[in-house]
Amino acid sequence: MNDKTQGSTSVGYWRLVLRQLKQEPLAMISAGVLLLLVIAAVFAPWLAPADPFKASMLKRLLPIGSPGYLLGTDELGRDMLTRLMYGGRISLIMGIVPVLSAFCIGTTLGLVAGYVGGRVNMIIMRILDIFYAFPSVLLAVAISGALGPGLSNSLIALTLVFVPQIVRIAESVTTQVRQLDYIEAARMSGASNLSIIRVHILANVLGPVFVYATGLLSVSMILASGLSFLGLGVKPPEPEWGLMLNTLRSAIYNKPMIAALPGAFIFITSIAFNLLADGVRSAMDIKK
Amino acid sequence: MLSYILKRLLFALPIALSVTVVSFMLVYLAPGDPLNAIAPADAPADVIQALKSAYGLDKPVPVQYALWLWRALHGDLGTSISSGRAVLGEVLGAVSNTFMLAIVASLIGVCMGCMLGALAGYRRGSWIDKIATTLSVIGVSIPHYWLGLVLTIIFSITLGWLPAMGAGPGGSSDWVWDFEHLRFLVLPATTLCVIPMGIITRTVRALVADMLEQEFVTALRARGISSTAVFRHIAKNTAPTVLAVTGLQIGYLMGGSILVETVFAWPGTGFLLNTAIFQRDIPLLQGTLLVLCMIFVVLNLIVDIIQPLIDPRMGRA
Repeated sequence: MNDKTQGSTSVGYWRLVLRQLKQEPLAMISAGVLLLLVIAAVFAPWLAPADPFKASMLKRLLPIGSPGYLLGTDELGRDMLTRLMYGGRISLIMGIVPVLSAFCIGTTLGLVAGYVGGRVNMIIMRILDIFYAFPSVLLAVAISGALGPGLSNSLIALTLVFVPQIVRIAESVTTQVRQLDYIEAARMSGASNLSIIRVHILANVLGPVFVYATGLLSVSMILASGLSFLGLGVKPPEPEWGLMLNTLRSAIYNKPMIAALPGAFIFITSIAFNLLADGVRSAMDIKK
Repeated sequence: MLSYILKRLLFALPIALSVTVVSFMLVYLAPGDPLNAIAPADAPADVIQALKSAYGLDKPVPVQYALWLWRALHGDLGTSISSGRAVLGEVLGAVSNTFMLAIVASLIGVCMGCMLGALAGYRRGSWIDKIATTLSVIGVSIPHYWLGLVLTIIFSITLGWLPAMGAGPGGSSDWVWDFEHLRFLVLPATTLCVIPMGIITRTVRALVADMLEQEFVTALRARGISSTAVFRHIAKNTAPTVLAVTGLQIGYLMGGSILVETVFAWPGTGFLLNTAIFQRDIPLLQGTLLVLCMIFVVLNLIVDIIQPLIDPRMGRA
């Protein structure tokens, strides 16, 4: 019985947050922009005007607005619009997946550390403290540098950067909530540890962790594309915004607009994520 | 106070030690035999054997770590594979370039951030608040490597005002404080300062706005104290937080400037990391990482120690 009342209020809460969010114009515009980018990326094979890999020596670095090439062509004569759309696939995946996996791993670890407490808590938290001794960009670069270039290695590196931050939040909320009376009441009424965590604690932890994770999306976008920019992410000729920014650097002298274009997309995505995160934060009324 | 400093030092010690462990373990994170990272692929068997014992790779891992740490404590970080020179010398030269860039960038960023944040906090909802908030959102959202590229396009290529690459005329990497060299610093420092500016603006704005609503400010004003004096009280109360954020930011910039250094071909640690990663120069990677992280640990320690000097309440806690 207890389960049901708790469950229904938590659903109501999220619905309330969504309603609140709909009244934030900036957040809604950002969500719209992100939706467009996602649609362009997901449906790139059907929407894109050209083949992302088809190079042409005769059509190198055509300016923006050339007939048939809306956003010009890159240093190998490939259609920029097409490559930007396809590039969004890997860039968005590289931005979102690390946050998602860190969200899952971090929340679980934080719940365990906070709920079990004692020595387990100490071991988990002290190990994670080590990661705080590294500036995050440096940590990501060092890990993916040691693992070697590649998409999955960058994903692993970025996940490792975000996990400790999420664990800290999940752990501190869990530790606070665990001592509250209603948890004691639930335990006395015979609820198992698992159901206490699932029903009573998770509902409290998810909110703050969710807010924090949405804020990480923009960081993750910038870092992920940054790794590709350094040559640590996907390899050419794969289209990816950070990598495109790198390979187009040779063009900054004669076609600066085209050279800057992929970065503009990283910027738009990252700022949209940030504004959306701000909206979510104020909709959930959690002070940062 | 003394016991507080000692306590902080004791806290920093295990962190510093764990940093050395992680830096050391990087060799084992790298795919394949760690020896592959040290020896050239076509090395004859006796050379490999000699290298193995020279690097202590024939001993168990904990012993290897102890030996490595012992040498590192004596300033021997090994030899760079790509250049054949001692890692420590390479790293120290690069670190000073990176440090200068990071310090200048954070100073600009912190000053701008404090100014914008204070103005925005004082005049909430005004046009200046809107500008400050927009700037801070842009500051934390912009991919700074892209900003560097855009600034290069505008100020070096189109306008021709500033050099696009390097840290000195003729590709020299030895820094001198003169006008010729400063021109090379402008673009990278401007690019890097955007991040601390955005973060500090946000922090200061929130702090000031929060404080203006507190009773002690009302009390001060009710006593007829001038607005400059009220501002002094507010500044004193925001200082510890700003200091803490600044310390972190300098550390982040030092570690994170690799991207901006790549854009501007700045001869700092970013350049070393790049070389280390793409030439699989593991001793260089280890050494650079270790030195940068130690600086980060020390910076945090300094902030921890300075904070109670500004805010005596912290020292007693």
